[in-house]
Amino acid sequence: MTVLKSKLNMFMMSLQRKLKPYLAQKSLFFMIIPWMIFTFIFSYLPLTGWIMAFQNFRPGKGYWRSPFVGFDQFKFLFSEPGFWRSFRNTLGMSTMNLIFSFVFAIGFALLLNEVKNTYFKRTVQTISYLPHFLSWIIVCGLISSILSSSDGAFNNLLMWLGIIDRPILWLGEPKYFWWIVAFANVWKETGWNSIIYLAAMSSIDPALYEACEIDGGSRYRKMWHITLPGIRQTILVLLIMNLGWILNAGFEVQYLFGRGVVMDVSETIDIFVLKYGITLGNYSLATAAGIFKSVISIIMIVTTNYLSGKIEEERLF
Amino acid sequence: MNSIKRRFKRTTLESVIFTTVNTIIMLIVIVVMLYPFWNTVAVSLNNPQDTLKGGITLFPRKFSTYNYETVFGNRLLVTAAVNSVLRTVLSTILGVVVSAMIAYVLSRPEFLWRKFATRYFLVTMYVSAGLIPNYFLIRDLGLINNFLVYILPGMVSVFNVIVVRSYIRSLPSSLFEAAFIDGVGHFRCFLMIVLPCCKPVLATIALWCAVGAWNSWFDTFIYCSSKESLTTLQYEMMKMLAASMASSRSQDAIYSAGQTASNLVTPVSMRAAITVVAALPILMVYPFLQKYFVKGVMIGSVKE
Repeated sequence: MTVLKSKLNMFMMSLQRKLKPYLAQKSLFFMIIPWMIFTFIFSYLPLTGWIMAFQNFRPGKGYWRSPFVGFDQFKFLFSEPGFWRSFRNTLGMSTMNLIFSFVFAIGFALLLNEVKNTYFKRTVQTISYLPHFLSWIIVCGLISSILSSSDGAFNNLLMWLGIIDRPILWLGEPKYFWWIVAFANVWKETGWNSIIYLAAMSSIDPALYEACEIDGGSRYRKMWHITLPGIRQTILVLLIMNLGWILNAGFEVQYLFGRGVVMDVSETIDIFVLKYGITLGNYSLATAAGIFKSVISIIMIVTTNYLSGKIEEERLF
Repeated sequence: MNSIKRRFKRTTLESVIFTTVNTIIMLIVIVVMLYPFWNTVAVSLNNPQDTLKGGITLFPRKFSTYNYETVFGNRLLVTAAVNSVLRTVLSTILGVVVSAMIAYVLSRPEFLWRKFATRYFLVTMYVSAGLIPNYFLIRDLGLINNFLVYILPGMVSVFNVIVVRSYIRSLPSSLFEAAFIDGVGHFRCFLMIVLPCCKPVLATIALWCAVGAWNSWFDTFIYCSSKESLTTLQYEMMKMLAASMASSRSQDAIYSAGQTASNLVTPVSMRAAITVVAALPILMVYPFLQKYFVKGVMIGSVKE
């Protein structure tokens, strides 16, 4: 009996010893555990819904009583031409977005960096990232009025320049759609994306520019041979990190303007999920498509983060 | 040094051409960025019937505040505006306090779960369950057609947490040591030291939260579209845009009852007025706070 008691005592003491550091910072735990539970509910708990993708889910029956069908939903999904079309559209549009937003942001940053008048420079910069803060809905409204076939500014401009002789229905033609998405992104994000390049440019050693000047290099040469190589690492890291988000082609422009004949080129995976899940009520198939997108995204992001980490390491050491 | 450099700088012809071309490009950029919005303001202040004739560019031809009167006379749109303001204010306050609190705990080097908790939050940045599972979660929590759905799901923003954490880490550690020696607990340390010291970064994330909440419409669309009293401005704007996209005859008058033909509000004019109303809060705070907007980008980019 006494042996047991002393054992229990020892156990209690060791437990106390183990708990002591935790008790010492109980206020820290107190401050974070509620939010961990909160995050669990809103971010981890819905992951159990992925079970739907392996079932023939009926909302009335719930997760427990819906029949399991294995990978049938995925098989059906991969045999569905509409899904591959939306996959192609997503990849196509996001690749175009990526290329255009990079080229324009870097080009804009290079040119803005050459503006010597500080006041003018700041004004241009402030105006350039204003659209970043407007919602996509507002931007879509602006696009639709600018590209309108009746009295839209873009058609008017082209007609005034004599490039076209009658208004083009920009939003009604599939062949223009990806370009419209790409340029909408350029309009909205170029200024904002350029911030990081401008910051990288400001950390380039001024001695390099002076050396180039002494050698008689023109401003164009300085831009090409000093500024651009100076931000090469930044470009590479951002490019790789953005590749991780390649399955996010945006939503609003495609959703609002993707009507009628344009639908073939505008429907993205997100819209496919929305259509099958919410509109048609085929929850299992929509979840399967969502999982497909999530899994590819996670693999891409983890890989690209690893790669960009490698590059940053190289820069540091 | 600067004056010496300037004296030695040669102004070559090439340099002059470069500056001129560059300035012209920058002016074009300004026009391209501002014109769509400027034009919308002009249309919104023009007589709706007159707008249909076309040709409104920079200034209203027949000035009228009729479009705005219609917007603010529409009960649904006023409800939408009130909801938008409410959700923006609430989610900003909560978002900032929660992010700061989590960031503080994760920044304490002695916190026993620091690594685990950091990973626990970081994972949610990359893994998202997707639309349908989230929908069922919200439904099971009883948040469909509930105002709380605008605030709760987005309250913990991991990105903002990381931004604030990097900022707290950059504060001198002696600040905290002094406080702890004086016997201040973590909670008071958070309230009396961290919150005041982090004002710049908190301002930044507050603006991000506010812009995000003000601009979002998808949650209204998915979770609250069947309850009119919970509508938001961006959602109403989206519905209008979708309606005008769907009908090829986008010039049909919508509010015809009890209006004279010369003063009929058209979708085009109405949309312009709503665009201005929906963008105005952002445009108003923007010039004063844009340095905060930008500051966070740099802090965020040095994460991890």
